[in-house]
Amino acid sequence: MIRLNGRDQEAPDGATILALLETAGLQPGRVAVELNGRVVQRAGFHRVLLRAGDVVEVVHFVGGG
Amino acid sequence: MKSATLALASRTFPSRLIVGTGKYPSLTVMRDAIESSGAALVTVAVRRVDLSRRDGDSILDVLDQTKVTILPNTAGCYNAEEAIRTARLAREAGLSDLIKLEVIGDERTLFPDNEGLLHATRALVKEGFVVLPYTNDDLVVAKRLRDAGAAAVMPLAAPIGSGLGLQNPVNLRILLEEIRDIPVIVDAGVGTASDAAMVMEMGADGVLMNTGIAGASDPVRMARAMRLAVEAGRLAFEAGRIQKRLHAAASSPIVGTL
Repeated sequence: MIRLNGRDQEAPDGATILALLETAGLQPGRVAVELNGRVVQRAGFHRVLLRAGDVVEVVHFVGGG
Repeated sequence: MKSATLALASRTFPSRLIVGTGKYPSLTVMRDAIESSGAALVTVAVRRVDLSRRDGDSILDVLDQTKVTILPNTAGCYNAEEAIRTARLAREAGLSDLIKLEVIGDERTLFPDNEGLLHATRALVKEGFVVLPYTNDDLVVAKRLRDAGAAAVMPLAAPIGSGLGLQNPVNLRILLEEIRDIPVIVDAGVGTASDAAMVMEMGADGVLMNTGIAGASDPVRMARAMRLAVEAGRLAFEAGRIQKRLHAAASSPIVGTL
């Protein structure tokens, strides 16, 4: 289990951030990802592996002032 | 500096009007209003992706990044740590070092938390961000933000989204007199074109607004009105207005009348 945007979710052990985004239907070029409180560089999405207990935040831009 | 351009850090933008992207009735109206405003800097907010629903267009799909530069904000952050964290994520999502820094101290007024704002400004400048802090119209805080390395200071005219226009002209005048080395951009509270023109006539370097345009009955028209107001106000400032006087001074020659 990992915690993704505040919700517990199954994620195959050893899955990458990129795989997680693709499963969620998100374009990697449109989001930013934080893993356990640290920003993950986009260039590393395909390398960084998820482990049980990880806390992942995926954010994007929305309308705002 | 040319009338129409706004210099921030090492970059120059071809408009002194910065516009937000919130509260529009649709993305199409937003896109048209931004185009009509002529703004070259456009603010966006950073939020969690809602994984339970798949949205249509992303805001980035609608903004033509060959024409506008994205300026992410830290709206909704109530302490320096949240704002710093949001800024770091924004940099990764937008691949730009620009950040409109908000650290809010009060929910009802959305007034800034000066202490948190200063702390976050120092931290983000150290990390290489071009920090544009939304602040109140307090000279001492503005000086400290400048000394902390802010690329501009962005005092409010009135509370965010209030549309009240400039409420404390004296504070803004003092700020404009004292802060000469970085731009002063009036951010928040502008309700209509004359509000924008007034602060530009006083010598503000730019105006940032969202609700004043997005909340108008016809946002696309209001965007154009704001564009013209900002340009007119700046030109009037540069042209140097006449002295005000109590009594009349005839415009036509006094000699030679019949």
